[in-house]
Amino acid sequence: MVRLLQLELQKLLLNRTSKVLIFISFVLPFTVLILSSIKINFFGFFTLELGELGIYNFPIIWHITTFFASQFKFFFAIVVVSMIGNEYSNKTIKQNLIDGLSKKEFILSKFYTIVFFSLVATILLFLISLFIGLYYSSYTEINIIFRETEYLLGYFLKLVGFFSFCLFLGMLAKRSAFALAFLFVDYILEWIIFGLITWKGSYELAEKIQNFFPLKSMYNLIKQPVQRIVMSKFPDKTEIAYDYALHWYELVIVMGWTAIFVFLSYRLLKKRDL
Amino acid sequence: MEPILTINNLTKKFGYLTAVSDLSFTINKGNVYGILGPNGSGKSTTLGIVLNVVNKTSGDFKWFDGSITTHDALKKVGAIIENPNFYPYMSGYDNLKLVCRIKGVDFSKIDGKLEIVGLTERKNSKFSNYSLGMKQRLAIASALLNDPMILILDEPTNGLDPQGIHQIRQIIKDIANQGTTILLASHLLDEVEKVCTHVVVLRKGVKLYSGRVDEMISSYGFFELKTDKKDELLSILEKDETFGKIKVADGLITAFLNEPMEAATFNKLMFEKGITLSHLVKRKESLEEQFLQLTDNN
Repeated sequence: MVRLLQLELQKLLLNRTSKVLIFISFVLPFTVLILSSIKINFFGFFTLELGELGIYNFPIIWHITTFFASQFKFFFAIVVVSMIGNEYSNKTIKQNLIDGLSKKEFILSKFYTIVFFSLVATILLFLISLFIGLYYSSYTEINIIFRETEYLLGYFLKLVGFFSFCLFLGMLAKRSAFALAFLFVDYILEWIIFGLITWKGSYELAEKIQNFFPLKSMYNLIKQPVQRIVMSKFPDKTEIAYDYALHWYELVIVMGWTAIFVFLSYRLLKKRDL
Repeated sequence: MEPILTINNLTKKFGYLTAVSDLSFTINKGNVYGILGPNGSGKSTTLGIVLNVVNKTSGDFKWFDGSITTHDALKKVGAIIENPNFYPYMSGYDNLKLVCRIKGVDFSKIDGKLEIVGLTERKNSKFSNYSLGMKQRLAIASALLNDPMILILDEPTNGLDPQGIHQIRQIIKDIANQGTTILLASHLLDEVEKVCTHVVVLRKGVKLYSGRVDEMISSYGFFELKTDKKDELLSILEKDETFGKIKVADGLITAFLNEPMEAATFNKLMFEKGITLSHLVKRKESLEEQFLQLTDNN
């Protein structure tokens, strides 16, 4: 496992483009997070301090930072599709196999890399959120701090699932740009099917089915926190209440998709003549 | 003899096209094999199958004694297919490091192999800046990293300039002299003739011949003759059972042998019959002639 990870890391880290993209996908969200936590004084007119809104309170901070950071996953998605696309365009996938890498090891080395980067991102996010929280939060009791840390698990699985999807699309399309196009097509398709079922059946049914679709199920792991912030400000407005919690079956659906995508990538490579 | 690669009834179909048809042959340790065939005869497909990048339709093959999986066997094989495929953004040295990681070879091997192919000075240049000849030499260095039991080369001199071709051939010869088994696929006959001891001839995916290069055609060679008494010589040759086909062109008589005969014996025979020869050469068909004969007849 270490060998396969080292192999892929060498391929990625010696490539300037992917190095820059990896850097951006890590540094950008965390810099924005840290900056947003600093009191910003706009030339003496007014001061903006997001911390005062209470969004950096434990435990809501876990929900907010994971949701915010997951919006930046697209940068690393480009890295994932290009790490497949490049292997095809340079024909190095062929050479790798001739040199004695099995097709299974080839897919696994990509998957391990995805897991590795998702894990690093999750750990970094945990540390940064913890520091910001400790600084701003009104409550710093241990049991409150670690309440709702399941959002971190959700964040990790969301990344792994999403990048596995990208891995599969990369294997399917062989070219980075097409793979990203497929991703967009799937996004639209999920909404079209949602619309069709709503039209022919009912909204409730459509929503239930949509929750099983890949992109929607990944979104479900961390639902938008804006409404929740509003709710915390106006606790008497019951009509905006919604279910923002992370459920176990949502985790299972995403894990299922991850397994399907990795397996299909392997099947695709196995059947293909290079 | 120790078999390195055994192929049994291997078949590959691409839709309607049969690229390799019921192919069987064995590669034994210590010989230099050539796979000969015109373009599109199934050479690269055959190599692709045994190298784990093309899926076979039917038949089977085994590496060594068949006790290890193909991808593990490939760690003991060195192979280059058509164009050298490396990561363009990495240096030559880093590319070899990657191959070491795949094959499970120590990095300390790299420098020695770069020395063999003469790339030591350029090892830190990016692969994308290499000339085609250098790329091909890097590919050979990469194939040698694990001190392979067998070296497989597919058209190794394709697209190179004469100097590059010469360099590559010299490297191949040096490797062969050290006793490494080599399998060389090529459509260049003189290339195969110069380095191979055994040959497999393919055409349209069908095996036409496999065996020693010098036994490719059951032929005892031919005499090229010139004399003043041409008609007398021709009538003698036609009566003699030893000779088969006889050709006359520009005063040069070519007589093909049906059974072995030395030039000295023939000369003596003619002298006894009162014919003096002004030109007598015994030759065997060149590989090119044999190859064309084989691929035309079948």
